Amino acid sequence: MMLGKSYDEINAKIRSGEVVVVTAEEMVDVVGELGVAKAAEKVDVVTTGTFGPMCSSGAFLNFGHSTPRMKVTQAWLNEVPAYAGLAAVDLYIGATEVSAGDPLNRSHPGRFNYGGAHVIQDLVAGKDVRLRGIAYGTDCYPRREIDTWINIKDLNEAYMCNPRNAYQNYNVAVNKFADRDIYTYMGVVKKDLGSANYCSAGQLSPLLNDPHYRAIGIGTRIFIGGAQGYVFWQGTQHDPTTPRNERGVPTGGAGTLSTVGDLKQMDPRWVVGVSMLGYGVSLALGIGTAIPILDEEMAWYTSVSDADIVAPIVDYSRNYGLNEGEPLGHVSYAELKSGEIELEGRKVPTTPLSSYVRAREIAETLKSWIEAGEFELSEPVQPLPSAEESPGFKMLNYRPVEEEGGE
Amino acid sequence: MAERRIVLHFPKELLDQPVISTTVSRYDVGFNILRANITQDQEGLMVLGLQGELGEIESAIEFMRDQGVRVQPLDQDVVRDDEVCTDCGACIVVCPTGALSMDLESREVNFDAEKCVACGICVPVCPPRAMSIHF
Repeated sequence: MMLGKSYDEINAKIRSGEVVVVTAEEMVDVVGELGVAKAAEKVDVVTTGTFGPMCSSGAFLNFGHSTPRMKVTQAWLNEVPAYAGLAAVDLYIGATEVSAGDPLNRSHPGRFNYGGAHVIQDLVAGKDVRLRGIAYGTDCYPRREIDTWINIKDLNEAYMCNPRNAYQNYNVAVNKFADRDIYTYMGVVKKDLGSANYCSAGQLSPLLNDPHYRAIGIGTRIFIGGAQGYVFWQGTQHDPTTPRNERGVPTGGAGTLSTVGDLKQMDPRWVVGVSMLGYGVSLALGIGTAIPILDEEMAWYTSVSDADIVAPIVDYSRNYGLNEGEPLGHVSYAELKSGEIELEGRKVPTTPLSSYVRAREIAETLKSWIEAGEFELSEPVQPLPSAEESPGFKMLNYRPVEEEGGE
Repeated sequence: MAERRIVLHFPKELLDQPVISTTVSRYDVGFNILRANITQDQEGLMVLGLQGELGEIESAIEFMRDQGVRVQPLDQDVVRDDEVCTDCGACIVVCPTGALSMDLESREVNFDAEKCVACGICVPVCPPRAMSIHF
């Protein structure tokens, strides 16, 4: 049994250039060849990456005071509504907000060509964005309306602040009951079990390489959108109580991260507005983590391969929407990545929503940053809630308003 | 035997003319209609696979041009912007001909214009809008 490594020791190696970094994909083979003990001695850091639609994302912007001053109460960025219920010139632009006047699903399936995620991508790309705002006017903020171009370089602050990213595992969507293709946040799901749509980087995914949140916690430095940012809380719907397999890997959606990062340091390659036909707008975002190989256990966790990770197959034509039924089965990411899975005696083609090419590129980028001494590891100031501490994932306690409220 | 995939644009005046049947009765070519519709501009649009000897195919195309049909090769019609494509794979399952497929090793999404029949289904399905269709 090796002695453990500390964060300080690993960071000292990063500074001296002696650090050994591999990606989570490479770690599968390293542990396969050397065994856990030797791999833990040799490797200091394992990098992960994921790039896929992450709806619960958005950005805070402070656009600076105008003359005369104005407390904006309603605002639009390129005609996409932004939340203005904050101080005078602070806004929050949510990724899934769609353009005012978008036909939505009135002509089904709607196209959702432009929304908050596209505004964020345009800002990151350095494009001018039109800000329109109105206000009721006060003694201290007399201005009532504004219509102006803004540019990220002129904003006081522009930072991404995402309530939920990097889901630890996710459903595989199929369409068992509808007599037509369905349009979901998991893409177009073909009728008659005609497709199985999945969305995880599997063996490269951050939280699948740290199943019990030993390394990734509050204060962890991460790759976000091409910049260095942080985990600032557990993500919404963080549910460590999801059943786990013998490796401790959740067999369905489980942990999540709240993340923050400076939009001004980001790159539009990793911050991409996407339109999900018939569903809406989302943000395809690149996230990566650097996991310290503190001991053999971390070497073991980070050696997880696609064959070791299974995801639940869920019907999205009825069961998901109505909260009915059980998963139709479980399938490994190795099977999903083969291009075809067996389900109910049939061969079902698979289609991913998450780019493995980009996930790999993020893990490689992070590796090169660490090797160049540009990215050091930060020890969490507080761990994410564990299975023991978490109340789990609650459904809404629906209380019809006809009944007496007032608790 | 060769096959040439072409896009035919029929101006409004030609919509009631039996251009295709006249063509195949004059030239020794077979045809496979991959797509046909009338656009919003009341122009007829047809995607056609022409089979036969290369010389016959070219003469048939020339004949249709003489009738007033605008003809362009299919491979110029559906275009992928590789800068915009993220290789996610959302398009693979909707592509009816396998023109969009995943390389199982590199995990890149391949676009094989030879197999594309310009149905256009991928265009609104592509989340970052990397696919476009130009007729």
